[in-house]
Amino acid sequence: MGLWFYLSQPFAQHALLAGTLVAITSGLIGPFIVTRKMAFAVHGTAELSFTGAAAGLLVVGDPVVGALAGSLVVATAIGLLGVRERERDSAIGVILAFGLGVGVYLLSLYHGFATEATNILFGQIFGVSSGQLLLLLGVAAGVLVATTILYRQLLFASVDADVAEARGVRLRLVGLLFLFVLALTVTEAAQIVGTLLVLSLAITPAAAAQRLSARPAVVTGLSILFALLACDGGLIASLESDTIKASVFVTVFSFAIYALARIAGGALHLGRPTARVP
Amino acid sequence: MTTAAPTIRLRDAALQFGERTLWGDLTLDVAAGEFLAVLGPNGSGKTSLLKVILGLQHLSAGTVEVCGRAARRGSSVVGYIPQQKSFDRDLPLRGRDLVRLGLDGHRWGVGLPSRGATAKVAEVIEAVGASRYADAPIGLLSGGEQQRLRIAQALLGDPRVLLADEPLLSLDLQHQQAVSELIDSRRREAGTSVVFVSHEVNPILPMVDRVLYLVGGRWAVGTPDEVMTGERLSDLYGTEVDVLRVRGRIIVIGAPDDAHGEHGGHHHHPSAETDH
Repeated sequence: MGLWFYLSQPFAQHALLAGTLVAITSGLIGPFIVTRKMAFAVHGTAELSFTGAAAGLLVVGDPVVGALAGSLVVATAIGLLGVRERERDSAIGVILAFGLGVGVYLLSLYHGFATEATNILFGQIFGVSSGQLLLLLGVAAGVLVATTILYRQLLFASVDADVAEARGVRLRLVGLLFLFVLALTVTEAAQIVGTLLVLSLAITPAAAAQRLSARPAVVTGLSILFALLACDGGLIASLESDTIKASVFVTVFSFAIYALARIAGGALHLGRPTARVP
Repeated sequence: MTTAAPTIRLRDAALQFGERTLWGDLTLDVAAGEFLAVLGPNGSGKTSLLKVILGLQHLSAGTVEVCGRAARRGSSVVGYIPQQKSFDRDLPLRGRDLVRLGLDGHRWGVGLPSRGATAKVAEVIEAVGASRYADAPIGLLSGGEQQRLRIAQALLGDPRVLLADEPLLSLDLQHQQAVSELIDSRRREAGTSVVFVSHEVNPILPMVDRVLYLVGGRWAVGTPDEVMTGERLSDLYGTEVDVLRVRGRIIVIGAPDDAHGEHGGHHHHPSAETDH
């Protein structure tokens, strides 16, 4: 009875809608994050959305607006400082360390420190206002459209940069646009699973999908499917539970899918010849 | 050589990075169907020359035209085979997907499957003899298999100019021969100009029409017999260089491996000469 009651409530429906859009976007960009080895960029932008959220709370009284605006600042900073791939991780580390320090300071200025900090770090999608939800939905839809437009060039640039450049793909532009897409997606996902657990939506589904296929379209499809199962499944499971946060279920489901994919992928690879003589 | 308009025209072309001149006053026409080998030590600007023709690198002076137009990035008349690099073993990409990206990977959007594109991709893969392993993950293929797929990718747009950057690197002798013959048969059948960067002339010696030899800011161009002589190379390198001909192979002795290095560097890959 409890679950159906909750599912008829607007707050739960809105959260599921937001979760669905966020999962689709995360699943879509996940394979690129894995291929471009940008897990640390995900982690960095996610943790820095803590700083954005704290600034938002303090300035406009809204952590979601602050986090989204902050993610654009972070993406720009990483794009400017980490021009070369070799420098990228250290640039993110530098920005991350400084940004978190600023975030802790900002939050200490705010009353109700503990609750808000927990919400930001571990997610609180059921607690967002309808205005915030509308903003999240709008940004998610925008990111989804942008990623769709970017998809082919991003794939080319990620797997075969030299030829992509020769064929006219602007590597720097595509890389920078992807950074913005990534930062916004990560910030959105952070509203559901929290900044600390974003990797469970941005990396795990894609990593699981890669165990099962080598076709880019299939990997993308599976990655989106896995992200949806983990995200919406986690949200629904948390409606049943009074005490456990949605992020716990999302991370557990997402990890379970990955474990199963590894086992299934291992079985697939057994039948595949690895040594070939032309 | 045909009398048709050249596919590549370089006029007084120069490339400088800061104080350093890679090459200068380079005037060269490449004819349709011609096989031009670009040789020279590391750092002599061989790859940079390809980048200039691809429109990715601006000349410091002079002009470059490809098929009558100023070189520009993304030109559909140019096919490009990059240096062989290994793909991650678990990269989710099949050989077929790599080839397909050569067709429309530079466009915006998702790229929906189309029967025409699929057939075209299958056709070039068949033409280079890679059908058997085109559906395997690219990271699991050997260097020779990957290079065949690279050639298929470059040939997809029916290019009039084919640029190959050390395509034989890290291949064994048998694959070196197979890959270079594949490129050679293509230019004979379709009249495609080939600019083939290599540090080794022997695997391609039978098919080379002319050699462009770049050394530390200077260059020489001509048939292999004209350029690959002790006299010409000694003049280019500014040091005593000997060229031996042994059973149809050319062995260069005494050439520093680094364009700006001092004498006593590695010899011109002597280890690669001890085959048969």
